Amino acid sequence: MTRVLDVRDLSVSFPAADGRRFHPVDGVSLTLDRGETLALVGESGCGKSLTSLALLRLVPAPGRVDAGSVIRLGDTDVLALKGEALRRIRGRRIGMIFQDPMTSLNPVFTAGDQIAEGIRAHFRVSKSEARARALRLLEEVGIPDPEERLDAYPHQLSGGMRQRVMIAIALAAEPEILVADEPTTALDVTVQAQILEVLDRLRRSRGMAVLLITHDLGIVAGRADRVAVMYAGQIVEEAGTAELFAHPSHPYTQGLFASVPRITGPLRRLTPIRGTVPPPTEWPSGCRFRPRCPQAFDKSVLAPELMPVGPGHRMRCWLAEEPAAQVELSRRSG
Amino acid sequence: MTSLLQVQDLVKYYASSGLFRGGDPPVRAVDGVSFEVMRGETLALVGESGCGKSSVGRTVIRLQEPTSGRVVFEDNDVFALDRKSLRRLRRRMQIIFQDPYSSLNPRMTVGAAIAEGIEIHRLAVGAEIGRRVGALLEEVGLDPGYARRYPHEFSGGQRQRIGIARALAVEPSFIVCDEPVSALDVSVQAQVLNLLADLQRDRGLAYLFIAHDLAVVRQIARRVAVMYLGRIVESGPTEPLLSNPRHPYTVALRSAVPEPDPGRKHARIVLSGDLPSPSKPPPGCPFHTRCWHPARDERCRIEVPLLRPVEETFAACHYAELTPAAEALAEA
Amino acid sequence: MTAAPEALRSVWRAPGGRAGLAFLLFLVLLALAGPLVLPDPVRQFDLVELAGAPPGPDHPFGTDQLSRDVLSRVVSGARVSLAVATLAVALSVTLGAAVGLVAGYQGGAVDAALMRLVDAALAVPRLFLLLLVLAVPERVPLVALIVLMGATGWFATSRLIRAEVLRLREEAFVHAAEALGASGRRIIFRHLLVNSAGPLLVAATLGVGDVILLEAGLSFLGLGVQPPTPSWGGMILDARSVLVMAPWVGIFPGIAITLTVLATNLVGDALRDALDPRGA
Repeated sequence: MTRVLDVRDLSVSFPAADGRRFHPVDGVSLTLDRGETLALVGESGCGKSLTSLALLRLVPAPGRVDAGSVIRLGDTDVLALKGEALRRIRGRRIGMIFQDPMTSLNPVFTAGDQIAEGIRAHFRVSKSEARARALRLLEEVGIPDPEERLDAYPHQLSGGMRQRVMIAIALAAEPEILVADEPTTALDVTVQAQILEVLDRLRRSRGMAVLLITHDLGIVAGRADRVAVMYAGQIVEEAGTAELFAHPSHPYTQGLFASVPRITGPLRRLTPIRGTVPPPTEWPSGCRFRPRCPQAFDKSVLAPELMPVGPGHRMRCWLAEEPAAQVELSRRSG
Repeated sequence: MTSLLQVQDLVKYYASSGLFRGGDPPVRAVDGVSFEVMRGETLALVGESGCGKSSVGRTVIRLQEPTSGRVVFEDNDVFALDRKSLRRLRRRMQIIFQDPYSSLNPRMTVGAAIAEGIEIHRLAVGAEIGRRVGALLEEVGLDPGYARRYPHEFSGGQRQRIGIARALAVEPSFIVCDEPVSALDVSVQAQVLNLLADLQRDRGLAYLFIAHDLAVVRQIARRVAVMYLGRIVESGPTEPLLSNPRHPYTVALRSAVPEPDPGRKHARIVLSGDLPSPSKPPPGCPFHTRCWHPARDERCRIEVPLLRPVEETFAACHYAELTPAAEALAEA
Repeated sequence: MTAAPEALRSVWRAPGGRAGLAFLLFLVLLALAGPLVLPDPVRQFDLVELAGAPPGPDHPFGTDQLSRDVLSRVVSGARVSLAVATLAVALSVTLGAAVGLVAGYQGGAVDAALMRLVDAALAVPRLFLLLLVLAVPERVPLVALIVLMGATGWFATSRLIRAEVLRLREEAFVHAAEALGASGRRIIFRHLLVNSAGPLLVAATLGVGDVILLEAGLSFLGLGVQPPTPSWGGMILDARSVLVMAPWVGIFPGIAITLTVLATNLVGDALRDALDPRGA
């Protein structure tokens, strides 16, 4: 296994109205190996998208990545890069696709132009060579009649087609890592299935690592090798996909599972998590899930670290070290 | 159960407008849809974007004028009503919207928004209005003190509750729910789904629940109608429709639902191609351009299949009896 | 409405907006209080040597050929110019909003008819339209001038508001009001008008500057505010004959016009930024 990405203690802060700084991303650590898919799961406002932007140093002003954060791409220290060197990382080492294929494409250029632009930004090739590569990319992402679509403008393409073009653009510079931020949220389910299929195929054929950012546990189940669940700027639980789905341990993760309507199995009333995700300026001290947690106890007023609960399985909850809870956890999983 | 709403052969075309586009064919958003909603029940209308499900919802309560068809609601011929009678009938049929951010007037307090219907229909006067607004806020799980605040102070889920309270204020018997939980986070989505179920139980409400998510539909509706290109292609009780779909489009839709269960391997039928343009629907079966049914043939391209009873559901497919079960596909 | 003081505060926070707002406030105060402290501008001095006196301690802006104090006249002119502009804009914004709301809400034939009328009106230069009317009668009363400027100034505003209404009409809260059985009047006033107040306010602020310039131009041509009522444009007209000997007679009203128009534009721009939801 080759480690392609190593993020340690990543924090991103923004100035608050009262002059202090708040941290929408607070001490996130994650790793990504070649050919692996890691899913970063959470609800809106949990900091998952900001985390992905920070990887490319794209945190919008006045936000900044805090001192002490480490982002290593292979042996490159991303946070030490400047100007041209930083630009060469973007696209070339990490490609990115976003949720909204409608606004991510420039409406006045053809699909082919926009893919070729990405190729020529990173490789010295002729225009005709760039076009030929763009055509191959469109074939690779499964666009029917690629030759015709090369000269199509974004408005002439459906949502699914546009997302494929976005993927082709992200692949243009042959990155080692593809960051997919809610890549199918804006698409219909049948189209979503197509796009996820494409991403999976590309990961296998190119040995690319994929960071899949999503709110949808259903997508994660079929696609990811490992899962990290985020809540209030922190990773609260991480495990291999099978392990996490078999033994969701953090009360927040359990709450998410209980909230999702199922298409099979017995029909039961949903058990929502009470309350709403507080804004980053109002995160509670101690365990951040405490005010909404049905299992909060006296120790929850202290901030927990990520603690082991199983093989390759950690969670940010004091229940992990409670013997009684351990019994409860094993009973639930058994 | 008694019938509350009957929709017969509803058609809604949108003329392609503009000075230089006079010759274009109209967009056939809804192309002959019929169904019935009983008192106190939920009928789900499912489909992907562009299938016409939202147009059905809006036309049924006449927020849009129909092209043709007939809707009878509580013995009123909805499309034959004059403006004044229609406004009176609006008390009985309401709508809640997908986007919690655009569904509330940003310049109106929450209390004023909820009170608007009460004022229009003169259901209360003076201090009684405020009392009712407070009670409605409580009923949807919000603090009555929120009445003085403005919408921008609330989260998406809270706004959706406010929208529900506004609809409830006029004491309707029927609510069109136009993708009410699609824009919400999962934990909040569950809260709103439970709230809608509770309100239905307590007030005997009927819902036309428009959605694209089959899992959500299973949670809230006992009957489902699946739409494709402006038509209902399959309808019936939720459980058999999901476990034994007879229309190949329903099978594809069902198999595309991502399940939060990594152990479960089922056949994914990935439909090829895109939805045809609703202004130029294909002849014959509207689904034939993307159909994967093993028995599809020339007949599908020529003859429009009608909705007919097949096993436990109604399906508009010439070969519905022969549609393979999803499990059979998984094993193959 | 909570938004109005908020918008005003953020106008004040923008450097340009603050300068503009401060100048306009100063001008309004001066226009109101000026006559109490400054010499009567129309009082004629017998002393011939005081005619056309340059700026000095007695007359900071100098005097004109009729030995009137230029500062006093500029301040009196501010009263007239600001009052005329404000009233004319109030009229044009009301007309523009009414037409825009009706056209946008009703749609169909009403909309088409109103908008073709606006197209036609916008094809004729406003000044030309005004000259056509104002050149006919011997004297034009001030009220008529205000009404005419107001009646020719609403075309662009109506388009702006119509576009805003077309956008708002598709917002779910307007559909919700319709579904509640709200009347057209209720929807127009409680939902559409209130939410297009922002653009309307910007149009009004920028319109004030336009009308001040227009009125100055008309007065300069002798077709606007009639003497002896002082107006900035009229003062420049009067100054023409002594421009070489006593340039201050024309320069100070000219500066007043420039600064006032600049100030309204600064405030208008800051207001536009403040009300732009993308900026917030």
